[in-house]
Amino acid sequence: MANLPADLKYTAEHEWLREGSPATVGITDVAAQALGDIVYLELPEVGAAVAAGAVVGEIESTKSVSELFSPVSGTVAEVNTAAVDDPSLVNADPYGDGWLFRIEVTGTGDLLDADAYAALG
Amino acid sequence: MTETRLTPLHAEHVALGATLVPFAGWSMPLRYSSDVAEHTAVRTAAGLFDLSHMGEIGVVGPGAAAFLDYALVGNLSGLRVLGARYTMVCAEDGGVLDDLIVYRLADEAFMVVANAANHDAVLAALRERADGFDVTVSDDSAGTALIAVQGPAALSVVRALDGWEVLDGDDLAALKYYACLRIGCAGRPGWLARTGYTGEDGFEFFLASDLAPELWRALMAAGESHGLVPAGLAARDSLRLEAGMPLYGHELDRTTNPQDAGLGRVVRLDKTDAQGRPLPFVGRAALESRAHSPGARRLVGLRGLGRRAARAGYPVLASAAPGAPQIGQVTSGAPSPTLGYPIAMAYVTPERSAEGTELAVDVRGRPEPVRVVPLPFYHRPR
Repeated sequence: MANLPADLKYTAEHEWLREGSPATVGITDVAAQALGDIVYLELPEVGAAVAAGAVVGEIESTKSVSELFSPVSGTVAEVNTAAVDDPSLVNADPYGDGWLFRIEVTGTGDLLDADAYAALG
Repeated sequence: MTETRLTPLHAEHVALGATLVPFAGWSMPLRYSSDVAEHTAVRTAAGLFDLSHMGEIGVVGPGAAAFLDYALVGNLSGLRVLGARYTMVCAEDGGVLDDLIVYRLADEAFMVVANAANHDAVLAALRERADGFDVTVSDDSAGTALIAVQGPAALSVVRALDGWEVLDGDDLAALKYYACLRIGCAGRPGWLARTGYTGEDGFEFFLASDLAPELWRALMAAGESHGLVPAGLAARDSLRLEAGMPLYGHELDRTTNPQDAGLGRVVRLDKTDAQGRPLPFVGRAALESRAHSPGARRLVGLRGLGRRAARAGYPVLASAAPGAPQIGQVTSGAPSPTLGYPIAMAYVTPERSAEGTELAVDVRGRPEPVRVVPLPFYHRPR
């Protein structure tokens, strides 16, 4: 079974959001596994204003590449430079050390709870 | 084709926790654990591959060699017994129907190994072309499994096989690259070849399907202390890309001829009959005329100078400058696990194909600088 922490919100594009100030964003275990070994991350600039649903980065594996969407609107507060340096963190611990960026939220997008995300199959 | 076919090793893949994906009508392991770990194991130790989806076609009879000289672009009558050759089957217009490895098992017996996706097309072409030759073309795919052991430790792994009357170690070490040997597998015949698709030393076992699970498990056991891991299609693709080997459907297809792909050497325009006259073969006229023309495009290697990788289908641009014209298209591309930078193969116009030429690839709307480099990207240490 997919590992989907119940305390997180999800998007149909396979991001997760841990609410807070700032909120934390990453990609789900499902997405990380589907990509295979992640070898390159392109993350937004700190200070960038992003809109919910906008493409803010790229996640590249040996096999494929996927765009990173922001689950919410807001200002990027921090990016995970450790994950940029070692993208395998995203595969190893997608909800922990493999987080991608933190964002001061000004508006939410279409967010799902774990059950609704799981139901997307 | 609607039904997904399972290889004789399907249960092994499931037990190993493989991610299975549909591929050319088959359910095949994409990866068992990690693409990069499997790739690296093949470069540094050994990997075990199930290639039972590949098509094995038997060509047997007094006219077998002459038939293959006619049906394929290579000189198969010149292939020694127990030798192997990389060759192609082309259409009359020179377009590639498939790339093949042909093994000469005996003076009058050959095994043609085709890509799974092209198996039916190759079989049909061979049967059609067999008219008038004293030869039998048989589809042996369903009953034949193919297991590959690839990597610098491959020889040690196969040597350590326990309970298989394969060969003694001396014979094994003496087996040359692109050669094969008849082996006994539980009292039944099989073939062991020193061939592969990874850029490493390695062996391929052709054997009866029902014996495949036992050999697979024996190889897993023999390889344990040598760092052997099962490896999936993802690793196979990144390994062959680093090794600059074409993949049908990417670098080769029906609209491509061997010369476009830089593989003009496989087209043996010099093959002759016993009287020294040029030997007719399917595609000869078109390929002969192509051999004397520069062609519209050339397959090149591209080294990415940034970090974002070019992928199959992306446009190649004359430069990274805004508005630079498209001069080609990427056929395969990925971040190279061994080299640590993006690599790609692409067709480009001949005038922009020289080594060292700086080009760009449109990577999802943003140009990424690349440089034309020689193929292969990776040479194994000798």
